Amino acid sequence: MRLALVLAFVAPLAAAQGMGAADARHLLARTGFEARLADVDTFARLSRRDAVERLLAQGNGAAVTPAPAWVGEWTDPRRVRAMDPDERKLFVREQIERGLELKGWWFSEMARTPAPLAERMTLFWHNHFTSSLQKVRSPALMYRQNVLLRRHALGNFGELLHAASRDPAMLVYLDAASNRRGQPNENFAREVMELFTLGEGQFREDDIREAARAFTGWSIDPASGEYLFRPRIHDSGEKTVLGRKGNFRGEDVLDILLAQPATAQYVAARLWREFVSPQPDPAQLERVARVFRASGYDIRSALRALFMTEAFWSSANRGALIQSPVELVVGTLRQFDVGYGDPLPFVLLLRALGQDIFSPPNVKGWPGGEAWINSNTLLVRKQFLERLFRVEETRVVMREPAMREKVDTLKPGARRFMVALSEIEFSGRAWLKPFEGREAMLPLVLLAAAPVGQPAGEGLDIVRALVADPVYQLK
Amino acid sequence: MNRRHFLRASLSALLLPHAAWAQPAGYRRLLILVELKGGNDGLNTVVPHADDQYYRLRPRLALREVLPLDARTGLHPALEPLLPLWKARELAIVQGVGYPAPNLSHFRSIEIWDTASKSDEYLTEGWLARVFAAHSAPREFAADGVAVGGNDMGPLAGSGVRAIALNDPAAFLRRARLASPAGKGYNSALNHILRVEADIAQAASRLHGGTSFTTEFPRGAFGNAVRVAAQLAANPAGVAAIRLSLGGFDTHQNQAPIHQRLLGELAAGLGALKAALVEAGRWDSTLVMTYAEFGRRAQENNSGGTDHGTAAAHFVAGGRVKGGLHGEAPRLDDLDNGNLRHSVDFRSLYATALESWWGLPAPGVLKGRFAALDLLRA
Repeated sequence: MRLALVLAFVAPLAAAQGMGAADARHLLARTGFEARLADVDTFARLSRRDAVERLLAQGNGAAVTPAPAWVGEWTDPRRVRAMDPDERKLFVREQIERGLELKGWWFSEMARTPAPLAERMTLFWHNHFTSSLQKVRSPALMYRQNVLLRRHALGNFGELLHAASRDPAMLVYLDAASNRRGQPNENFAREVMELFTLGEGQFREDDIREAARAFTGWSIDPASGEYLFRPRIHDSGEKTVLGRKGNFRGEDVLDILLAQPATAQYVAARLWREFVSPQPDPAQLERVARVFRASGYDIRSALRALFMTEAFWSSANRGALIQSPVELVVGTLRQFDVGYGDPLPFVLLLRALGQDIFSPPNVKGWPGGEAWINSNTLLVRKQFLERLFRVEETRVVMREPAMREKVDTLKPGARRFMVALSEIEFSGRAWLKPFEGREAMLPLVLLAAAPVGQPAGEGLDIVRALVADPVYQLK
Repeated sequence: MNRRHFLRASLSALLLPHAAWAQPAGYRRLLILVELKGGNDGLNTVVPHADDQYYRLRPRLALREVLPLDARTGLHPALEPLLPLWKARELAIVQGVGYPAPNLSHFRSIEIWDTASKSDEYLTEGWLARVFAAHSAPREFAADGVAVGGNDMGPLAGSGVRAIALNDPAAFLRRARLASPAGKGYNSALNHILRVEADIAQAASRLHGGTSFTTEFPRGAFGNAVRVAAQLAANPAGVAAIRLSLGGFDTHQNQAPIHQRLLGELAAGLGALKAALVEAGRWDSTLVMTYAEFGRRAQENNSGGTDHGTAAAHFVAGGRVKGGLHGEAPRLDDLDNGNLRHSVDFRSLYATALESWWGLPAPGVLKGRFAALDLLRA
């Protein structure tokens, strides 16, 4: 077994024309959530370029999981303010439940999507154009924002910037409503430069103050929850933004930002850190940024250029990135064909791991990288993985009449959680079947690089050991 | 610390080689940092209630009633639980804390505070991480530092420090068996994970299940974090630094009720912390300091809130603290682009912790000379 493990990494047997299993594993796991044996076999036969094209062609900009029933509903905030305390309490409770349901919806979409790269990009944009349920408080608006990010996930960055900037959830999140002529609120103007386009250090405080004036009047129609421009509170005077003068409106400022080379560089660098390595190579990054800008901000063009860099394929960069909680949990469920009913336990798990989807910690999003792992989150990760392999045992225990009686006495929230846990299904034996006679593929499929421990044993024992290895946390 | 532990610790100290003497002596003194995440509004925390300009700048947000500390200065009423500390002269209020050429971005400014850098200098290691990399806590300590709650390691982020994140000590000890600290890394991400695995194993072998207190801790995340901090302080294996955080201070909109609640949580938490540390016999060997990325704009905005600002007041508390007002109240008639000018560099607070509290040289870690403040009794 030991020898086979080494061989799997040192001498991947490339098929005659294709890129081989090791490259296929890398591409699939880096750009999606996991690399399943069947997919590795298929992609191994393709050239790198053909494989990248196949990934970029995935997805049609829509989710496959049916949306919750209430996503089209909107309650006028004026009506909410007029509610009596009891009615209001019920309303708030309903919104909280819907928030959890929304998180479960996205989680399930990630777990089931046939277009993992488009899904990863949706999550990438959620972490770029951040908004949080914590502040927006309307699950329906957060759903609409997700639909928008999803539609543009592999589309055009300029269009995405314009659309995300006037997205109602974003307007609430960055206080557009209180940005008025004479009393600007700088929150959006600052973040659009610092986090959405130029990056830190590429603008001055004056640019923010002036840009904030251009965004005055961007608002939400309380009756419909849709974007609304209010000319009466818009400051139509002259502004100077990044050296350009004019009676700018918000749209003009966005176009000024898109015209800056720094924008393509900044977004390309963020893509690099997501998909390639913690530290961009300046020359290769510059080429990606140039392609991105020359394409008029076509996101597929940027990704194609990025996935064809030398650095993307470099063996030194295999396993150089830490998996985010979403990648770890979703990737593990997808890899091991884990079945579940209610996604609640996974939604709560992501929160415990520091990536509460739809609720990033602040406008900068999740810092990611090494910050994902500290002593607390690492142990929660390991506990999740360990328990997954004991699911069959757990199900037996949960079915015992005494246990069922106990669960029935719990409060509704806790009962729901326990029932959901009992519905999780994983059959190690079935999963291992395709590996019969191909055991050497196990470490290749499960790990991004060579294990640091010495995983040993047979059958499920070796799977358990590989998953417990620190390298399982890497991508 | 029971008698046997004490004896063992003193005897083993006698056996240490000479060089080790100089280093860890000060770490029997604990430093607790409390981060006010989002940037606390200093002006509505420590209020210049006799200054007409304050009311002009804040027609809606100015506090009409405060807890007066002197003729010019008062505390937000929600801070009432801090009054006993103030009266016992164990609470120092340092006004006007900031730094030159302030940055108004949350992320950049907290990075400046966490790494103790200049405004235009980019450092990657937290300031406490640098301290412990140069002067580590004694081996028998559970860790150099512990971050309680919060998702980042803040000033403890770095490679040369034994730091752990902890929300619940009992759960930590139950899960710690899953750590696999053996093995050799081959890239920076993996090295980071292996280091965390090793820190878990080390801390788990030293910590015990937790002390119970008669002190009642406030409900909620911050109250819970305070309880964990008190348990760590009472643990015989010890840690040298603890970072707590309380979030939500980014009050652009509808500030009054939010700020009131947050300051209430802060004050109740600090009050409980003192009570528990007194119970554990650690109050005289603990220094508590608040910090935040910035204060807020002097003038209120149009949304009943305040935008990002610069200097702010901070609290320093402990059994050895010289209570009273320190630094200078910010001048509201001499603003810098609408922002308060600082009178105390935040690195002087850090120098106080390093030199006066731990007896360590500060200039190396802080990359410059910053005078320690006169905040401690001998």
